[in-house]
Amino acid sequence: MELRGKLLDVSNLKVSFYTYRGVVKALNGVELWMDSGERLGVVGETGCGKSVTSLAVMRLIEQPGEIQEGKIIFNGKNLVELSEEKMNNIRGVEMSMIFQEPRSSLNPVMKVGYQIGEAIAKSKKIKIKNTYPEVKDMLRLVGLDPERVINSYPHELSGGMSQRVMIGMGLATHPKLLIADEPTSALDVTIQAQILELLDELARKMGNAVMLITHDMGVVAEFCDKVLVMYAGNSVEYASTARLFEKPLHPYTGGLLQAVPRVGRTDELKAIKGTVPDLVNPPSGCRFHPRCPHAMDICKLERPPFVEIEPDHYVACYLFKGKNEVREDG
Amino acid sequence: MEKTVKVSKPFMDDLKHTVFLWRKSRLTMIGSAIILIFLLMAAFAPLIAPYDPVHQDLQIKLQAPSWQHLFGTDQFGRDIFSRVIIGSRIALWIIFLVSVISGSIGIIVGVTAGYFGGIVDEVLMRITDMFLAFPSLVLAMAFAAMLGPNLTNTIIAISVVTWTTYARLSRAEAIKVKSQPYIEAIRAAGGGNLRIMFLHVLPMCISPVLVQLTLRMGTIILTAASLGFLGLGVQPPTPEWGAMVSDGRNYLIDQWWISTFPGIFIAFVVLGFNLLGDGIRDMLDPRLRR
Amino acid sequence: MVETLIKIRDLKTYFPVKKSIFSKKLFVRAVDNVNMDVPKGSTFAVVGESGSGKTTLARTVLRLIEPTSGEIEFEGKDILGLRGKDLLEVRRNMQIVFQDPYNSLHPRKLIKNIIGEGMKIHFKISEIEIRDRIASVLKEVGLIDDHMYRYAHEFSGGQRQRIAFARAIVLKPKFIVLDEPTSALDVSVQAMVLKMLKEIKVQENLTYMFITHNLSLVDYIADKVAVMYVGEVVEMGDKTTIFKHPSHPYTDLLMASNPIPDPKFVREKRLMKGEIPSSINPPSGCRFHNRCPFADERCAREEPELREIKPGHLVRCHYPL
Repeated sequence: MELRGKLLDVSNLKVSFYTYRGVVKALNGVELWMDSGERLGVVGETGCGKSVTSLAVMRLIEQPGEIQEGKIIFNGKNLVELSEEKMNNIRGVEMSMIFQEPRSSLNPVMKVGYQIGEAIAKSKKIKIKNTYPEVKDMLRLVGLDPERVINSYPHELSGGMSQRVMIGMGLATHPKLLIADEPTSALDVTIQAQILELLDELARKMGNAVMLITHDMGVVAEFCDKVLVMYAGNSVEYASTARLFEKPLHPYTGGLLQAVPRVGRTDELKAIKGTVPDLVNPPSGCRFHPRCPHAMDICKLERPPFVEIEPDHYVACYLFKGKNEVREDG
Repeated sequence: MEKTVKVSKPFMDDLKHTVFLWRKSRLTMIGSAIILIFLLMAAFAPLIAPYDPVHQDLQIKLQAPSWQHLFGTDQFGRDIFSRVIIGSRIALWIIFLVSVISGSIGIIVGVTAGYFGGIVDEVLMRITDMFLAFPSLVLAMAFAAMLGPNLTNTIIAISVVTWTTYARLSRAEAIKVKSQPYIEAIRAAGGGNLRIMFLHVLPMCISPVLVQLTLRMGTIILTAASLGFLGLGVQPPTPEWGAMVSDGRNYLIDQWWISTFPGIFIAFVVLGFNLLGDGIRDMLDPRLRR
Repeated sequence: MVETLIKIRDLKTYFPVKKSIFSKKLFVRAVDNVNMDVPKGSTFAVVGESGSGKTTLARTVLRLIEPTSGEIEFEGKDILGLRGKDLLEVRRNMQIVFQDPYNSLHPRKLIKNIIGEGMKIHFKISEIEIRDRIASVLKEVGLIDDHMYRYAHEFSGGQRQRIAFARAIVLKPKFIVLDEPTSALDVSVQAMVLKMLKEIKVQENLTYMFITHNLSLVDYIADKVAVMYVGEVVEMGDKTTIFKHPSHPYTDLLMASNPIPDPKFVREKRLMKGEIPSSINPPSGCRFHNRCPFADERCAREEPELREIKPGHLVRCHYPL
């Protein structure tokens, strides 16, 4: 099969969590791909599976969760099949991740310099104390005063500074992919702008790709080249950022964009009716059909395939016929 | 008043989840089984016990276990099996009353201290610290000796030394709860301190205290038995397990059964409560619940 | 001239910080010298980042926190000295909806008791009347009357905020503080909740104080705006004025930092440097001077007054833009 993304190609990814309420089908055949150096925004509301997707790519799904099906081709290797040991050599080295709560992602009892050094030491297989020159370079790169911060404990740093440290730690090993899970959601807007600017600048300098998980359409519009919209564990739309905002095809994407308030917009916001479905008993067929204003009979029966409607614009919706769609029944 | 009180479905959901977690832990099930047997034993004690537990018959004294006297007889010819069975009622009664008394004192002291804070908190907590400064058994002995040895005083003595745990626990919970927005909302609506404290903060402290109570029930039996053993607890001829172990002390070499059987029962019931208590704590652990 | 519902004068709320006995006593100056007039029937937005004191201000206005000094008038009556019955009546008239939908409803109580609690305190009415009233408010906020027999955890975030709002309006208040009521919600849900807030405001003749950090929401919902920075109001005025001509450099940069959901919207990158200073030890002079691109030595020395640069438009800056 030809890969759609040269760096990362996730196809038909299914992840379930086994809970007392039954099986939560958190991801139901997610499709996602990225080229080297690209910035992909993964957007969706609570429970759409965007964070689970990022954890699955890092192979960090833990009990009671499980990757059941699908491929995650990263840099030519299928991560789903790799041993935990081999995965450990990729995680934090070839791809790394930063989280929403920078303070709780740092070890509170270890100095910041040591924690960054650890990441470098692991990838280069050298002693931690020999990494300090590099740690200082990295801290300077993320806009912190290395002499001061290297010997600080996490509680001595503000939220914005901690996120800078996390970014430094994530990029210290020059990974090909940085996954950022809501990196600015816990920060103030002025700090958020600084952090996004920093991520942008560093990605340019170091050439890494960024997968930005977010719920904020504004952040996507300012930062990303491509956008993947997820809903209830499915990929529903993928396009370049400009195209997606200009001409959203999937009814969910359209609804989402109309619900976002923005400065200069005082007309009525349009909400999407209904609520996000329960993933133990998801709706049949297209999981969006109970909320969709254009739902047809087929939407209740079959899950729409994720197909290319126009060059580089993919949608999972029966309202659109794909160019190269092959009907299974003939 | 409403005529139709609707049972909430998610309450059942919650219960189902609890049962699900309960069934996953074998030790908890064993603990529950032991406690269930203990409860049944206490409930049907007069039907199970073949003899009168206090009836003395010196002609059959110090008999070894046999089909007639399953656990043998003691130095007064009383049937040990019957005494052990009836003794479960005494043990249960002590557990029940001690839990109710010490739990209530603990919650009220703890919630008051935690809710008001400041000087009230300081005073109440220093009193609590005073109680905690002594080993609990020594303190219980002192109280029992002071009040005089009998069942009621045993219960009072044990309650007096155990309420401190619940006070600290409910104080911590009250401090956490009182700053929650849902409490602030009631204050914004004009609710007074007493209303907020008793109707809204206190109910939140009950469940952690209940868990702690189950965890401590084993200790209660043990303390009661220790007091009984030392002669400071329930007096003969009442068949209290600790006192029974003490009775057999002088005969331990030749007539081992007098002390051994009540001892085994103490050990099993304590084990049962500890397993169940651990299980309940795990079941209510929010990290396992999600 | 529109009637003023809430008048705040020189309001200060300081919290003592525990330090060693030898050092000087320190205070967090959460709210420092705030003056505000909230017109009746308006939606008055208070915008600021963390540490700006916006939430403390709201809680002080409701007397959930006692201020250090200053005056708060509600309908021309000073509320800071009130006790007993008079305070109760003011409390009924001023309600609040909190930010966190998960902790703002009592987890062990039926919705009926959560909403009914305030009515039991204020009105001498029967259980049946309480139930009927709850049923009607639940309908008003877009839920159904059956929901009163459920517990909070059975509802989604958006529904919980509706319940919290029902609890506020059931007492027929005149003024409601909305403390970031939608910041924990998804955008599609947020849109519905905001719409409901707007509708009920008209129906019930309410005045809102809308606390938020999100400028996009302000433009959608508010009439008047006050921008707060480290405990002080730095700019205040009509929404349209402030959005069209932000005059304080902080307001201006705050707007430039706000991401716009439109990739075609290209703007010059203007970042605010540095971080929000601590309100224990705020910078000398203008509190914004160390982050301000236009600051000079006067700004570091002399604290600017909040002054009217145009009618109804107040700015705390020596050199307004």
